[in-house]
Amino acid sequence: MSDTTLSSTSTVSLPAFRFSAAETLKHAVLIFGSLIVLLPFYVMVSYSFKSPAEIMQNIGGFFGAQEAFRDDYCIKLGNDEADCMVTPIIYNYTTAFEKAPLIRYLLNGVIVTASIFFIQVLVALPCAYALAKLRFWGREAVFGLVLFCLLIPVHAIALPLYIMLAKVGLTNTYAALIIPWTISVFGIFLMRQFFMTVPDDLIDAARMDGMNEFSIIWNVMLPTAIPALLAFAIFSVVAHWNDYFWPRIVITGDRSLFTPPLGLREFKGDADGDNFGPMMATATIIVAPLIVAFLIAQRRFIEGITLSGMK
Amino acid sequence: MAAISLKAIEKSFGDTSVLEGINLDIAPGEFLTLVGPSGCGKSTLLRILAGLEAPSSGDVLIDGRKVNQVRPADRNLAMVFQSYALYPHLTVGQNMMTPLRLRDLSFAERLPFAGPLLARSKYKVLWAQVTETAKILQIDHLLDRKPGQLSGGQRQRAALGRAMVRKPAGFLMDEPLSNLDAALRIHMRSELAELHRSLATTFVYVTHDQAEALTMSDRMAVMMDGNILQLGTPDEIYNNPRDIRVAEFVGAPKINLLPGHLDSNGHARCGGVVLTRVAATSSDKITIGLRPEHLSLCDDTDPEALKGRVVHKENLGADIYLHISMKDGAHRLVVRAAPLDGVAVSIGQDIAFKRHHGAAMIFEAGGKRIGLDNNAGTAVAEVA
Repeated sequence: MSDTTLSSTSTVSLPAFRFSAAETLKHAVLIFGSLIVLLPFYVMVSYSFKSPAEIMQNIGGFFGAQEAFRDDYCIKLGNDEADCMVTPIIYNYTTAFEKAPLIRYLLNGVIVTASIFFIQVLVALPCAYALAKLRFWGREAVFGLVLFCLLIPVHAIALPLYIMLAKVGLTNTYAALIIPWTISVFGIFLMRQFFMTVPDDLIDAARMDGMNEFSIIWNVMLPTAIPALLAFAIFSVVAHWNDYFWPRIVITGDRSLFTPPLGLREFKGDADGDNFGPMMATATIIVAPLIVAFLIAQRRFIEGITLSGMK
Repeated sequence: MAAISLKAIEKSFGDTSVLEGINLDIAPGEFLTLVGPSGCGKSTLLRILAGLEAPSSGDVLIDGRKVNQVRPADRNLAMVFQSYALYPHLTVGQNMMTPLRLRDLSFAERLPFAGPLLARSKYKVLWAQVTETAKILQIDHLLDRKPGQLSGGQRQRAALGRAMVRKPAGFLMDEPLSNLDAALRIHMRSELAELHRSLATTFVYVTHDQAEALTMSDRMAVMMDGNILQLGTPDEIYNNPRDIRVAEFVGAPKINLLPGHLDSNGHARCGGVVLTRVAATSSDKITIGLRPEHLSLCDDTDPEALKGRVVHKENLGADIYLHISMKDGAHRLVVRAAPLDGVAVSIGQDIAFKRHHGAAMIFEAGGKRIGLDNNAGTAVAEVA
């Protein structure tokens, strides 16, 4: 008897595909939203493949026809026309690297974001440990200040910061790019929330084993906090790799200190007019490392978001 | 082996007083258990002993040396935590080696990569100590595993191993068995007691489980509300509690408590029941305590028989505990019955039982025990 009931339910219910209006609507909205977000990326990547004519006339689909075209700049330099015929994709990407020292910019980006992150961790971990695990007078007030600092927009304090750095004579240095970001209240907050979940027994055990407070931070808390730290790393690196605002303010002359987003300006408003192909190629190169990093650490990234949303 | 003394230890967090002047002397090599309900301050006392918490006032002495200002690691005590507190990113072997590394190696020798090259022979010695300890605990095959890959019992052994490797003067254990399942917990009890005998080191053991305290300790201290109510051997605590709270806390099922009074001759009375032994005082409000094993089933023709109705039956195999309601629920008693007698009893049945003479304890209204004498001279004719 149980056999018959089992077989009848399995044939009646749960077909392979079941239409649900609510699910369909959800997906439609999400797909629409992601299209809006992805469209600029699509255009960026597509333009980085196409010739100027195709870009202007908006033809050639995603990839363009890849027909060789005449490079006017090359002709101006007095070369033979036959030598100046170029394939769009190659032209765009080689120009991106030739016209501006893109490698140098990328290197600057790596130096700046890595230093910022390194010093942020150096500051945030001890702060977060003290706020989460040590009892001292005024701890709650200090934590209140940390929360308060989360509310201050960067742009509001940009001018005073710039003036301070200028007075010390640090504009146009790596220091100007790095120092203002070394203390991350968000990092302190995020790590503090994570440390709250670490059992006190673990810290007591470390104390019994003979560790001092600093070695507890680096030898016990740091290894247990790797997931939270990775999430924070992504936030920090994305924010400072993509930052255009601050480098634009403190790097006024020295091109060798340009970060990748500043490098994009090289293609804007030249005497030759806008050169969209190489510009979009540069943009693609700049965002590529982040997208690759995101794909590798996707799960961590989502973890990080939920972590910071907790409590 | 170390003698540990606590002198007038007080601790308060803000306005709440947690420990109220604790005095305790622990002999070298003793297994002393601090037992009490949660919130009684036993864990705080252990943490003060370990140095993880500073007492508000009072002194901690280890082998006669005052250690109030000494760091936890320098007190040469090892602690086992309820949650085991193993470093999750290190293997069992590395976990066990950590206290040794921190004690025996210099800063340079502890550095990653460079350290093991600098002090190869030292590392070998430390590793030998780790494997030796692991063999004793039978976890030598687990040394390369991370704590996350171990079962509860294995983690427990690893935590024990980490405490044992540095051969401390004393072990502090904070409810180390409470995260284990029931069968393993009972097994580990005897194993810990054996370990104590073979190491011959002072053990201070904190638990809320009176059965652990009774089975393992040389002496046990029953704590409640920040005070030690009674300190003594398990036998003494169980059979001769000085306070009603001790009598209630120790023993499972709980002791039966009946309200009564002391008549002018000093005989304790509860309803129609009169005790033969006499107290020196008289009082109109006392409590009579009878453990379940002080009662047994009998014929209802027995002149001393008390009658009641069975409302619940707990069959533990070796013993059967019958919960009996007397006088329509005014009193409730638990009676221990042998399996042969108890099996036939069913819930709702009326039953007769009697008490064993000389076993009852009486407590005054404040909870203190009142001594009873077998003063036959003044005894009235024996009444049931």
